[in-house]
Amino acid sequence: MYFSGGAELLFDKKKKHDVNLPAKETPWTIKDLLPWMKDNMLKERPELFIQGETVRPGILVLINDADWELMGELDYSIQNKDKIVFISTLHGG
Amino acid sequence: MPIRCNVCNKSATLKRPKTGDALCKDCFYYAFEEEIHKTITDANLLTKGETVAIGASGGKDSTVLAYIMKLLNDRYNYGVKLVLLSVDEGITGYRDDSLETVKRNQVQYDLPLKIISYEELYGWTMDAIVKQIGLKNNCTFCGVFRRQALDRGALLLGVDKIATGHNADDIAETVIMNVLRGDIGRLRRCTAITTGTDGALPRCKPFKYTYEKEIVMYAYFKNLDYFSTECIYSPNAYRGFARAYIKDVEKIRPSAIIDIIHSGESLSVKKEVRMPVQGVCERCGYISSNKVCKACVMLEGLNKGLPRLGIGKTHKERRKMEEMLSERGSNSGSLSDMASLDSALSTTDQGCDMSSFDSDQSLNSNAESSCRHSISDQSKCCNNERHASCCGDRNCVTIEKITIFDKKVDQKVIDF
Repeated sequence: MYFSGGAELLFDKKKKHDVNLPAKETPWTIKDLLPWMKDNMLKERPELFIQGETVRPGILVLINDADWELMGELDYSIQNKDKIVFISTLHGG
Repeated sequence: MPIRCNVCNKSATLKRPKTGDALCKDCFYYAFEEEIHKTITDANLLTKGETVAIGASGGKDSTVLAYIMKLLNDRYNYGVKLVLLSVDEGITGYRDDSLETVKRNQVQYDLPLKIISYEELYGWTMDAIVKQIGLKNNCTFCGVFRRQALDRGALLLGVDKIATGHNADDIAETVIMNVLRGDIGRLRRCTAITTGTDGALPRCKPFKYTYEKEIVMYAYFKNLDYFSTECIYSPNAYRGFARAYIKDVEKIRPSAIIDIIHSGESLSVKKEVRMPVQGVCERCGYISSNKVCKACVMLEGLNKGLPRLGIGKTHKERRKMEEMLSERGSNSGSLSDMASLDSALSTTDQGCDMSSFDSDQSLNSNAESSCRHSISDQSKCCNNERHASCCGDRNCVTIEKITIFDKKVDQKVIDF
């Protein structure tokens, strides 16, 4: 998992995180992943990352370098070794 | 099953918010670059032989702008000279880091860079201002000062215009903010792709129709080096709320951003609505709708230990200013303060709009553009009731000021 555009500030100020998800009976989807990230990875101000059950509008998500809007968004089933990138556009420059 | 590119059938990498098209990387680059080229040519933003300063903050928008402008200038032979211009507000832990990014961009894109600081312009860094004013209205100071700083830096460089990285999302936000504030004057101006043609340096926004999402995606795929952090003072900013609102709306209907801009462009203001008359500040010569511009009022407040001057209701602020000015006339004790203000201002005003009144002394590089400004300023001045009878008088004062400024200019060596 990669965080940039300011999103890394909420995740220990680290841009790259290697994540091992615990085994689960049903496949992991992004919808399952987000609350898991909130509980296990988010260091501060979860409202700046999560809104309802999805990411806050203005945070771009890429799965294996493709826009998640093309991959089914929350319903995408995560595969082993997937690269998931979160880029905030909400931070100024 | 991966979605295919609508154009070339390769595997798609993003969905364009504006059109809903799925595109692969290469087709996205092409569409993104060509759209900006079309914006530039349709609106005649650039003219051969011009020097254009790119307002560079080190953030995503200006980094991509610098990259794209250079790329398109080479590809389509615009024939413009590009320079990077950065403003250093003096915010430790924020701007010093982002300026490092701009310095890297300078090398990466092989463009000259000029950094102009609040400290050298105004005698105050934002850190020092925040110490005085606190965290509530500091963004007002910063915004007012930054606008002038970019213009003054650009005049120092002798450029013909400024290009800024304001994108479609930013402009939509501004429309919403101006509606919420009832600021009709700004509401009418804020969607213009080029502003400032009637006074200060022209400014243009090549990204006016470019979505923030696409700028960020472009920077990500192209691996462009940009800096992103929240300004350490900005969490209270009003814009943040407008920004969140726009993003929420975009999520539901992506075309909303372009639609809000379109609404702003199509608004017509009733004739009865009184619009502020744009003149020039009698103290620094910068374009202003009041006798003394907001930056000068704010600076006066800071220097006199009344930092709240310039914040809040305009009539209140003007009354205070007038009181102060009359005090200045009668009380010699305050003259030293004024002198320090004037000297602070004089170092900043080399590029004053009125410089051509003293044309033999004005900077060659500025002469041509200043000339045009002074003509429009003069005619505006005569149309303006407040100045109707004072043109001659005012020019006199200005010439006196300019003489001082030009001496400074002569000493100043501008090196990139």
